Amino acid sequence: MIEKFYDVIVVGAGPAGTTAARFAAEQGVSVLILEKDRDIGYPVRCGEAVSKDGIEPFIKPDSKWIASTINSFVLISPDGTEVKINFNRTGYILERRIFDYELGKLAAKAGAHILTKAYVYDLLREDGKITGVKFEHNGEKKEVKGKIIIGADGVESRIGRFAGIKTHIKISDMECCVQFTVSNINVDASTCYFYFGENYAPGGYLWIFPKGNNSANVGLGIGGDKAKIKSPISYINNFLENKFPNVPKLTMISGGVPCSLTLSEIVKENVLLVGDAARQVNPLSGGGITSGMIGGSIAGELAGKAIKENNFKLLMDYPKIWHSRVGRRHEMYYKVKNAIYNFRDETLNSIAHSAIKIPESERTLLSIFKIALLDKPSLLFEFAKIFFY
Amino acid sequence: MLLIEIKPDKCDFCGVCVGVCPEDAIELKEATIKISEELCTNCAKCVWCCPIEVLVFRKDKIQQLKASTFK
Ligand SMILES: Cc1cc2nc3c(=O)[nH]c(=O)nc-3n(C[C@H](O)[C@H](O)[C@H](O)COP(=O)(O)OP(=O)(O)OC[C@H]3O[C@@H](n4cnc5c(N)ncnc54)[C@H](O)[C@@H]3O)c2cc1C
Ligand code: SF4
Ligand code: SF4
Repeated sequence: MIEKFYDVIVVGAGPAGTTAARFAAEQGVSVLILEKDRDIGYPVRCGEAVSKDGIEPFIKPDSKWIASTINSFVLISPDGTEVKINFNRTGYILERRIFDYELGKLAAKAGAHILTKAYVYDLLREDGKITGVKFEHNGEKKEVKGKIIIGADGVESRIGRFAGIKTHIKISDMECCVQFTVSNINVDASTCYFYFGENYAPGGYLWIFPKGNNSANVGLGIGGDKAKIKSPISYINNFLENKFPNVPKLTMISGGVPCSLTLSEIVKENVLLVGDAARQVNPLSGGGITSGMIGGSIAGELAGKAIKENNFKLLMDYPKIWHSRVGRRHEMYYKVKNAIYNFRDETLNSIAHSAIKIPESERTLLSIFKIALLDKPSLLFEFAKIFFY
Repeated sequence: MLLIEIKPDKCDFCGVCVGVCPEDAIELKEATIKISEELCTNCAKCVWCCPIEVLVFRKDKIQQLKASTFK
């Protein structure tokens, strides 16, 4: 049963939405989450890689949703040069269908109501003000009122559009992805593999993230302007046929990662956008789980406070807080992404050749990045600007 | 005339097309996809970005359209 009225309505039950809901509910206000799918956490459109440090502030690591623990990366250049990097922190490959569920339970425990199979198709307006949402549930059209609406509707980001925010992104910023979860694959269970180059994933990368028991997520993302020429599905099929011709494929998903800057407008009137919907993904790595949870936590907490203190001006602080905590760093990553986006195979190979000369103990992503910088001196300047502001 | 053809049986309902559509012409529910003929401008961005070739740009329809307007 859901009520007719809530203080905060969250649309979308991904990590950003459930975290926003939890942080709002913890302020003692009433919260409803509407999710269009029948199941929270499924289908899993994700490589499932996170860093331990990234998720710990939001949820205590639990073996039931950790598929494997990662301590090294291998970067593979177009000519096959393998650059191994010891990850000096801990990474996890998640079991997101369980992880997302647990985040949902945490929100529920804090008091949030949850309704699945609830597709939000518009905002409710009265006297020109946004007063709730319209949704379809089991084929019936319904309405629910809310003082604050949080759009956590992922890559589609239509809630923002309903509120009048331009949320669509340019195609070269959309990483178009396909991923198979495969079994019987012989890869190291504590290493993430990344393949770069024209043949693997132009304007992106191909990944193998091990999930233990010889299974792994094998996927890739390429920029939309590259997908226009050849589709992601044909790249991944090529790769699997060549490298792992006989692995059984347990699942296949498609998906998109909005690797753009965060939208310039993430709050409008009483509508806030969080996670992929706000374009809060790390535009260089395409990782959006932790940054979505950060965005969600900021927005959720502000929404709760705004209701409690009956001061909606507080919502206007959201972009500023996001920007100082994460957004500014993402601006730098976005510049780096754009600089390397069109790197040619020869450049990638020469970076790899230089990188393997660095002793393994000193090899870090940063030291490799410095080599990449030599190919693109203008980046140094951008870097300096960010660090010395 | 809508020049984008959807192969609904192939669709994974992932939302990439919705995320790049400048006109907000695509509606995606849990397992249905619909393009609004009224809103769509046939810009083809959705076709280019669909990772698994669900959407097709029907060039042949342009020919049809031309043929019918010059009749
Ligand atoms: C192939 C792929 C691999 C990735 N790999 C990684 C990775 O390894 N590490 C990482 O950190 N990130 C990764 N990402 C990114 C990560 O998955 C997202 O950033 C993350 O899921 C964003 O969380 P979110 O809560 O913002 O949105 P989502 O998790 O997308 O959740 C949005 C929810 O909103 C619902 N919804 C949408 N519209 C409506 C509506 N109108 N009404 C009701 N509900 C609606 C959707 O059904 C969905 O459940 C990957 C993404 C892809 C596509
Ligand atoms: S991008 Fe392709 S697979 Fe994804 S929802 Fe659109 S048509 Fe379907
Ligand atoms: S062709 Fe362009 S306007 Fe039409 S649905 Fe696709 S992206 Fe939207």
